[in-house]
Amino acid sequence: MERVDPAAVMAPPAQQTRSLSEPIAFVVMVLALVIAPYFFYPMFVMQALCFALFACAFNLLIGYGGLLSFGHALYFGWASYIAAHLAKVGTISFPIWYGSPKWHWATIPLPPLSPELAILGGTLAGGMLGLIAGTLAIRRQGIYFAMITLALAQMMYFFALQAPFTGGEDGIQGVPRGKILGVIDLADPTNLYVTVLVIFLVGFLLIYRIIHSPFGEVLKAIRENEARAISLGYKTDRYKLMAFVLSATLAGLAGSTKAIVLQIASLTDVNWPMSGEVVLMALVGGLGTVFGPVAGAFIVIAMQNYLAQIGQWVTVIQGTIFVLCVLLFRRGVVGELANLLRIRL
Amino acid sequence: MFEIFGIPSTALFGQLLIGLINGSFYALLSLGLAVIFGMLNIINFTHGAQYMLGAFAAFLLLQHTGLNYWAALIVAPILVGAVGVLIERAFLQWLYKLDHLYGLLLTFGLALIIEGVARNYYGSAGLAYTIPEALQGGQNLGFMFLPNYRAWVIAASLVVCLGTWFVIERTRLGANLRAATENPTLVRAFGINVPRMIMLTYGFGVALAAFAGVMAAPIYNVSPQMGSELIIVVFAVVVIGGMGSIMGAIVTGFGLGVVEGLTKVFFPEASNTVIFVIMAIVLLVRPAGLFGRRA
Repeated sequence: MERVDPAAVMAPPAQQTRSLSEPIAFVVMVLALVIAPYFFYPMFVMQALCFALFACAFNLLIGYGGLLSFGHALYFGWASYIAAHLAKVGTISFPIWYGSPKWHWATIPLPPLSPELAILGGTLAGGMLGLIAGTLAIRRQGIYFAMITLALAQMMYFFALQAPFTGGEDGIQGVPRGKILGVIDLADPTNLYVTVLVIFLVGFLLIYRIIHSPFGEVLKAIRENEARAISLGYKTDRYKLMAFVLSATLAGLAGSTKAIVLQIASLTDVNWPMSGEVVLMALVGGLGTVFGPVAGAFIVIAMQNYLAQIGQWVTVIQGTIFVLCVLLFRRGVVGELANLLRIRL
Repeated sequence: MFEIFGIPSTALFGQLLIGLINGSFYALLSLGLAVIFGMLNIINFTHGAQYMLGAFAAFLLLQHTGLNYWAALIVAPILVGAVGVLIERAFLQWLYKLDHLYGLLLTFGLALIIEGVARNYYGSAGLAYTIPEALQGGQNLGFMFLPNYRAWVIAASLVVCLGTWFVIERTRLGANLRAATENPTLVRAFGINVPRMIMLTYGFGVALAAFAGVMAAPIYNVSPQMGSELIIVVFAVVVIGGMGSIMGAIVTGFGLGVVEGLTKVFFPEASNTVIFVIMAIVLLVRPAGLFGRRA
C-alpha cells in the first residue's frame, strides 16, 4: 500500500497556482513560427508543423491519460488517405450486401472536394477509426493496450495495402491543393503557410484547453491511480475512450493537413515505423509537457531531412535516441528545461 | 487425390502445413515473450530483431566458419542469447522499478538499432540459406506431399515448446522461477540469486527467438526485416492467448497458425488480417484473453 502524504492531499490543485510560463512560451512559439519561413525552407516547417500536431495529439493520450498507443499511424495515415482521395477524386464507393450471394458496390458520385472539406472528411475518419479501435483497446491495460493498438494499426495497414482507392505501393500522388471556400488559393506559398499555421495553432490550443479542463484533470487522476478514480465514482472507461477519440481525431486532422500540404498519401504514413516515430517525437520533447511534442517533432523531422543522405543510419540513430531517452532523459528536452528553470512548460 | 468442401486435398493440406509451420514460429516466439514478461515485466519488442539475428547468425556461421545447420541450431541461440544477457545487464536492469511502458520503448529502440545496422550491411533483399542435406526431399503421403524439412520444423518446435513447459511447470528450477515471478523479495530471502535468474531468463527467452530464427532461415529468406512484421502478429497472438499460461501460449500459437492457413484456402484476401480480427473478437468476448487470468 502506498502511504499518502497528508500535505500533498491538502495542497491546492495545480491549476490554481497558475503561472505565466506557459502563455509566455506560447507567444514565443507563435513568433518563432511566424518568422520561421524566412530562415528555413517553408516546406520543411509546414511538414514539421503537421507532425507537431500529430505528436501533440499522441501526447494527449500518453502524457495525460497514461495510455501508450503504439498504433497512432492508423489515424494519421488513414485520415491522410481519405483527405487525399476526397480532394483528388471525391467519389465514394463502399460495398453493401443485399442478401444475394454477391457484394455490390454503392457509389456516391461526388466531385473532388475543396481542401477544407477534404480535411474535415479525413479528420472525421480519424475520429471514427479512433472510436472503433479505442473501444477495443481500452478493454485491456498497460502493456496489452500498446500491443492491441499496434496490432489494430497493422491490420488497417494491410487494408490500405489491398484497398483499390489507396493506390497500393504508389499511394495517392498529386493531390490538388485547391482553394479554401473557393477563395483562398493554396497554390500560393504564403496562403498555404498561414493555413497550416492556423490549423496547427487551433489544434494546439484545443489540446491545451482539454488538458486544463476538468475533463483533463480527471484524465490525469486516472493516469496516477485508476483504482482510486473508480472508487471516487468516475467511469474511467468513458474518460479513456473520450481521450482516445479526441487524440485520434486530432491525429486525423494532422494527417489530412499533411496530405494537402505534401500532396501525397502513402503507405509510409500508415505503417508501424510511423507509429514509432510519433512516440519518439513525444519522448524526445517530453511526455506530458505541453510544448515537448512540438520541439520533438521539429527535432525528428529536421534529423530526417538533414541526415537523409546517410540512409539506413537514420533508423539506427532514432533507435539510439530511444534508448538514451529512456535511460537518461525520461523528461525529454522540454521536460528537462522546465525542471531546470522550475517552471511548467 | 480427393476434394474437401470443393477444395483439392493437396491444396487444403498444403495450406494446413504452412499454417502449422507459421504456428510453430508463433508458438516459439510468444512462449519466449511470455517467459520474459513473467520474470522481467517487460514486453520484449526486440524479440523480432533477435529472431532475425538468429537467422543471420546461422547464415554468417555457414559463410565464415563453415559451421553447418545442425551446429548453428546450437551455436546461434547461445550467441544471440549471450547478446541478450549483455542487453539485460547494460539496459534492462535499470528499468524494473519504472513503468512497464519504458521497457517497451527501450526494446523498441534496440530493435530499430539492430534492424537498421543489418539493413545497412545486407540491404533489404533476402539471402538464401539451403536446407541441410539430411532433410531435403519429402514424403508422398497420398493426400499430400510432405517436405521433410517442414515436418522437422514442426516436430522440433513442438519438442522445444513442450520441453520449456516441462522445465517451468514440473521441475525444481521452474518452481523457483515461478516463485520469483510471484514474489522476488521473498525468494531472495531464501538465498536464491534472483537478479542472476532474471538475467538468465532473458537470455533463455532470447535464445528461443534465435532458435526459431535458425529454423526459419531455410524456409523464408534471411532478411533484416523478417522479424518486425512477425513480431506484430505475435503480439496479437499474445493478446489472444494471454501471457499468464505457458501452455496457453503454445496452444494459441499453433492454433492461430492453423486458422491462418485455412483462411488462405477459403478466403485468401483475409489471410493477412485474420489473426487481428480474431484478436478484436476475443477482446469483445473475453477481454482477459483465452488463457488469461483477470487482473
